[in-house]
Amino acid sequence: MSGQTIGERKHPRPLAGLAGISFKPEHLAAILADGPPKFFFEVHAENYMGAGGPPHQALERLRRDHPVSLHGVAMSLGGPQPLDRAHVERFRGLVERYEPVLVSEHLAWSSHEATYFNDLLPLPYTEATLRHVCEHIDEMQTAIGRPILLENPSTYVVFRDSTMTETEFLREAARRTGCGLLLDLNNVFVSAVNHGYSALDYLSDFPLDHVGEIHLAGHAEASDDEGEPLLIDSHDGPVADAVWMLFETVIGRRGAIPTLVEWDSHIPGWHGLKAEAEAAKAILDRPAASLRVPGKADAQLRAS
Amino acid sequence: MHSSERRERSCEERQSFAAAFSPALLNPEAETPLVVTGPGKKAAVKRYNVYRNNVTVSLINVLAEIFPATQRVAGSEFFRAMARSHIRVTPPTSPLLFEYGRDFADFIARYEYARSMPWLSDIARIERAWLDAYHAADASALTADALASIAPAQLAEVVFVPHPATRLVCSRFPALSIFAANRSDGTSGPIGAGEPEDTLITRPEMEVFARRLPPGGAVFLKCLMSGDAFGEAAFAALQSDASFDLVANIAGMLEAGAFTKAAPRP
Repeated sequence: MSGQTIGERKHPRPLAGLAGISFKPEHLAAILADGPPKFFFEVHAENYMGAGGPPHQALERLRRDHPVSLHGVAMSLGGPQPLDRAHVERFRGLVERYEPVLVSEHLAWSSHEATYFNDLLPLPYTEATLRHVCEHIDEMQTAIGRPILLENPSTYVVFRDSTMTETEFLREAARRTGCGLLLDLNNVFVSAVNHGYSALDYLSDFPLDHVGEIHLAGHAEASDDEGEPLLIDSHDGPVADAVWMLFETVIGRRGAIPTLVEWDSHIPGWHGLKAEAEAAKAILDRPAASLRVPGKADAQLRAS
Repeated sequence: MHSSERRERSCEERQSFAAAFSPALLNPEAETPLVVTGPGKKAAVKRYNVYRNNVTVSLINVLAEIFPATQRVAGSEFFRAMARSHIRVTPPTSPLLFEYGRDFADFIARYEYARSMPWLSDIARIERAWLDAYHAADASALTADALASIAPAQLAEVVFVPHPATRLVCSRFPALSIFAANRSDGTSGPIGAGEPEDTLITRPEMEVFARRLPPGGAVFLKCLMSGDAFGEAAFAALQSDASFDLVANIAGMLEAGAFTKAAPRP
């Protein structure tokens, strides 16, 4: 694959083969002491929307030597109400100030009327919601002057009103707005188990050509009303074996794609996080022929 | 149908899923919204509860992170129940969660189960001010030299520009001592019947400082922060407390970095 990835800003180093790590300010000293830059770092945009202080100082320092990816969690692109203009403007300011190598947001909503719910909430997949999501993506991309990557969600319920599949919805959104996609493989696996479909079938229908970044993360297990497994996208542990297998499958098909290991609570020390990113990097570095292409034996991936 | 009517109708259509989905998120009494279901013929009660749990627990955690000393003093179980009650009546309105909890101290002051800890809300006020100072705009603090360069004859008419991080918290209780003793993971200090404490919170560079103000100091700084001239502020401080020490207070506010500029009133 070529060095330039969809949604990627021109950068001296090609991003495609890089693994990334969620940036935690408490790791800054360890990162800086850890020799030449080998990873990219992703930050939640909202954590850097204060006026000043230590968060900006840390991010300024980090970005001097390391590629930074800006990941929004609160734009509410999937919500029915207009985007929060002030929030769009803050986001634009961050993109201008930090020149991130990647910019992404979620196919989800988190605000309704005056309330911010602090969760990535699901939406029905219909022509009406698609039109609306596309208007929001257009608005955001116009404001920041570059395409974003739209992330597939993990979901626990389905809407009775949905008329299209998630992959159709994402493909259309990318086609109409020119945005790229952020393929979160943990979300794929979580949703596949929760909704009883095959993660591999989902990926077969996913427009991989539009993928500019991959997310890997850990999940937790609960149970649904029928006592069957219900997976929770918790980002609080190591990446599951099944998700690593999906990752090998996608990299085997598409070649290297910048890949982030997300870890947001019960965070191990810097070396623990780094080990997980190095495991991703090892797969990105392997020749395509040696990557695993799952067969029918991988029943775990074929949840239904 | 006119196009404007069509637009309106489509807007309502879009509004409907979020309007149907969201009210039960913060209301445990409400039924699972009818717009959602499980796959196939599966139910969606536990499934929808994942969202409820994400919303409430994540917001309780946000308050626990902003108010660690308050939590330590109140006890974790008590704090989390109190936080849950607050979230239900005052959920966040901004996606910037470091701005959440500005009404929490007032909520604590009214919270009937916290009546036996009347100092608790003041500890929360200090913690909220601490985080405001942490995220405030960066600015260089006023130096002693800059202040000394103003002619003594003009001094009474000098007005000050507060540093964006500067906050004041006045308390009838030893709120700063309790805050300081409970903010870190060490042994929590005793909560005795100490003297009232007024606290000045500043961040002249990257580190936030909370320091106790001497008698009259809070009145003095409050006047200066609201734009009163130096002479007026000193007079008000002396009126409030005869032991007000002007020289010590000037030295203290310079050391704390409470202001950025001083100039004679135009």
